[in-house]
Amino acid sequence: MTEAVFEARGLTKTYRTGDVEVHALAGVDLDLYAGELVVLLGPSGSGKSTLLNILGGLDHATSGHVRFCDHDLTALDDAGLTRYRRDHVGFVFQFYNLIPSLTARENVDLVTEIARNPMPAEMALELVGLGARMDHFPAQMSGGEQQRVAIARAIAKRPDVLLCDEPTGALDSKTGIRVLEALTQVNAELGTTTALITHNAAIRDIAHRVLLFGDGRITGTSVNATRKPPSEISW
Amino acid sequence: MRMLDRKLVRDLRRMWAQALAIALVMASGVATYVLAGGAYRALEETRAAYYLRYRFADVFAQVKRAPKALADEIELIEGVAAAEPRITHLALLDVEGVAEPASGMAISLPDLREPRLNLVHLREGRLPERDHTGEVTVNEAFFKAHGMRIGSTFKALLNGKKRTLEVVGVALSPEYIYALGPGDLMPDDRRFAVMWMSEKALAAIFDLDGAFNSVTLKLLRGASEAEVIKRLDDLLARYGGTGATGRKDQLSHAFLDAELRQLDALRRVMPPIFLLVSAFLINITLARMVALEREQIGLLKALGYTPLPIALHYVKIVLAITAVGILIGAVAGAWMGKGLTRLYADFFHFPFLIFRHHADVYAASAVVSLLAAVAGAVKSVSDVLALAPAVAMQPPAPTRYRAFVLGRLVPSRALSQLTIMALRHVARWPFRAAATALGIALGVGLLVTALLSFDSVELMIDVAFFRTERQQATLNFTDEKHASALQVVERMPGVLRAEPYRSVSVRLANGHRSRKVSIVGKPREMDLSRVLDRNFDPVRLPEQGLVVGERVAEILGLRRGDVVEVEVLEGRRGTHHVPVTDVIKSYFGLAVFMDLDALDRMLYGPRLTGVHIGFDTGRQDELFTAIKSTPGIGSIALQRRALARFRETIAQNINYSVTIYVALAVIIAFGVVYNSARIQLSENARELASLRVLGFTRAEVSRVLVTELALLTLVAIPLGWIIGYGFGWLLIQAFSSDLYRVPFTIERATYAKASLVVLLATAASALIVRRRIDRLDLIAVLKTRD
Repeated sequence: MTEAVFEARGLTKTYRTGDVEVHALAGVDLDLYAGELVVLLGPSGSGKSTLLNILGGLDHATSGHVRFCDHDLTALDDAGLTRYRRDHVGFVFQFYNLIPSLTARENVDLVTEIARNPMPAEMALELVGLGARMDHFPAQMSGGEQQRVAIARAIAKRPDVLLCDEPTGALDSKTGIRVLEALTQVNAELGTTTALITHNAAIRDIAHRVLLFGDGRITGTSVNATRKPPSEISW
Repeated sequence: MRMLDRKLVRDLRRMWAQALAIALVMASGVATYVLAGGAYRALEETRAAYYLRYRFADVFAQVKRAPKALADEIELIEGVAAAEPRITHLALLDVEGVAEPASGMAISLPDLREPRLNLVHLREGRLPERDHTGEVTVNEAFFKAHGMRIGSTFKALLNGKKRTLEVVGVALSPEYIYALGPGDLMPDDRRFAVMWMSEKALAAIFDLDGAFNSVTLKLLRGASEAEVIKRLDDLLARYGGTGATGRKDQLSHAFLDAELRQLDALRRVMPPIFLLVSAFLINITLARMVALEREQIGLLKALGYTPLPIALHYVKIVLAITAVGILIGAVAGAWMGKGLTRLYADFFHFPFLIFRHHADVYAASAVVSLLAAVAGAVKSVSDVLALAPAVAMQPPAPTRYRAFVLGRLVPSRALSQLTIMALRHVARWPFRAAATALGIALGVGLLVTALLSFDSVELMIDVAFFRTERQQATLNFTDEKHASALQVVERMPGVLRAEPYRSVSVRLANGHRSRKVSIVGKPREMDLSRVLDRNFDPVRLPEQGLVVGERVAEILGLRRGDVVEVEVLEGRRGTHHVPVTDVIKSYFGLAVFMDLDALDRMLYGPRLTGVHIGFDTGRQDELFTAIKSTPGIGSIALQRRALARFRETIAQNINYSVTIYVALAVIIAFGVVYNSARIQLSENARELASLRVLGFTRAEVSRVLVTELALLTLVAIPLGWIIGYGFGWLLIQAFSSDLYRVPFTIERATYAKASLVVLLATAASALIVRRRIDRLDLIAVLKTRD
């Protein structure tokens, strides 16, 4: 863990929802290293998702700089960010965000179609343990299964970085653990740098490194000397 | 298949009912364009081809008797390509098995050569031979109406003598595509014949050896018709010419023109309405779809899709709906076009009918539909392009409702919370509410427009047949008769009343504007055939001066009190200056009336051209028999028969178009209401499900939706009346010609019927959506994020 994949300095973000102005990020400095699995832990509204959106090229920072490998993300326009997302980033969201009218395999193929060096959809789905459910529509699957489809979709392009926003937030503990297993497995087998947002403190134990979030800032960092496999945690 | 395309197919399958509703509205626009455009082209091209191949003349003139040598002189007029002198004469016919006398137009065919102009198209048999005076070739409609065969005979009163004519052939002519008998309002195939006879035979009968009484001219390209007519009139004046006319006054041609104008109006007015509405439907439906799929769009962008393929995905949905609409519209339009063309085939007599599927008609309607669809989609698609992925992934901010104005005026306790919800929905999306109301209003408007034709025709019938022309029959003399002819008619069996009239060809001029018309002289104490003013009260013709119809006043720019120049075109010619004493309403022809005595004074002596009669129907057969052998009578118009024919013909035409209009109106109303209701339901599903969870019944929950629709419909209906009134007025204007004017009138019942049909369509679509409310999955709706 020597090479910093992400390097963020002095990130701030202000946005409006309806009539309310929100300071989501109030100066964040951060480095993420190749192959590590980082958990960003904090209460809801602490700015974790905003940070992830900026790292993932979904959003622009109001001020500050982000560098991904040799790309300066803050300098990219929309087209540049799109290309960046397409080539380097895999996303997993709390609500899975599958296309309801496409089957599991087709949802994954949505990405393989536009990726440079994708793995077959079947392989991605096997990786998350869904080899047998490939032709099911989202509505025919449980929440945990849907989330694993989302993970398969995220990894199918062999991304450099996997960004997961509350991937277990909508799931019960048992299914949540299956999802985390899928994520750690991908991290281990493919060496994909993974950032995982959660407000669930139990999950911190599976990470190499934990960043604590509060009020738009990083309030603390800790390194897990020994990581627990997901099967050993519970909430 | 690309994954996005797979999504497209499945989305379309899921929303098929909405997509179909939109496609049908679009199809209506395409269909009316293909129908009217196709029929217009069919009629115009067929007519043009017919005229060209059968050398239809450009100028027509009647004379009393002119030497044939004059024809050579006529051909020397600059701009004349060919002149065809001939003999024409109106004759009363006596056909076996038919009580009423019919009339026929006898037309000579040159014996030793082909006619130069107005060639006949022989359907069956042959043309009459030179030395067989009793041979006749008749028009096909008459032949068929009497179930004749080659060799059949009928009698004709020709120059005072009853002769038996043998049918040797059946033909069509470009002069009689629309074959209207003298004094008739509608073609009556049984009672009007065109009879082609040998020139030698007719010359002998009418004592016109070496002479002619009719001439038709073909003009050179670029020749001035007005100039030729002037020169021709000068040449013919001393032979009793009554003033030449161009094609626009040729009866058959003028009727075709009127029909073409109506089709043209149809293809210009109707399609834009439907395209506008379909653009609106696409706009609201796609906007809702984009709103619903906000997160999916955000996701696709997050996955690295560039905005273009995502936007294209939504454009493709629109294109797919449009393609279906164009396809249905093209097929339906072609099918209806064939139906209309078949109707024409009954009505207009062509030897052939060119109904081609014009690629450009289809292409134009497709392109315009596409443009309308794209216009409807622009807003949503640009929203798709602009949607920032990070924002899209968040749930949208709650919709901002406002306390509406009414809410401040009315204590809110006066309205139930459910009603307030409905009202706020309307107020929140004012554009959509207004457009929905407008769509429904267009449906009402179309129906009013369609149904008012019944009202107008009934008024026309009432005024024409029961208030103006109250005679039972009109006898038209073959030419001007001495005033004593009235007594002859009065003495005929069964005649109870007789009222003479005199019709004289004149040219009216006011400044640089002039028009050839007939002045009809009527006795001051007229009672059978009357002249009515604009309020339908009888007019007493003044001792001096003219009473003119609105159309004539309009053409010549005349007002009451103006002095108009009257150039008499027959008998003892001369030019007079006569004041216009009144402008009246008239639905048929170019009406100009004058007191009979005043007319006689102006024309140096009393003469009659016909008599209106009232008779004892019990002695009808006796009367008809007498008429059939009375020399000098050219034709007889029977009011009851005319009315029956009028109703029959109108019914055929109007029923066809009204059926189409009603279908279109229902499609538009249903399409608009169904789509609006579906969108409301989709937007408010959570809200409505929450209400159900709170304990409201299905009926109560449905009320929110139905109240909103009912409110919009109630606003839409009066608006629809106004739109219908406007469209109706425009359409009636397009329908009016020199031949006839349709009065503009709308009965209250028409507004009521139009509203009822739309209410039913609205209720039906609301019920369909209501069934979806009944099936709302409460748990699922509350669980998922909006």
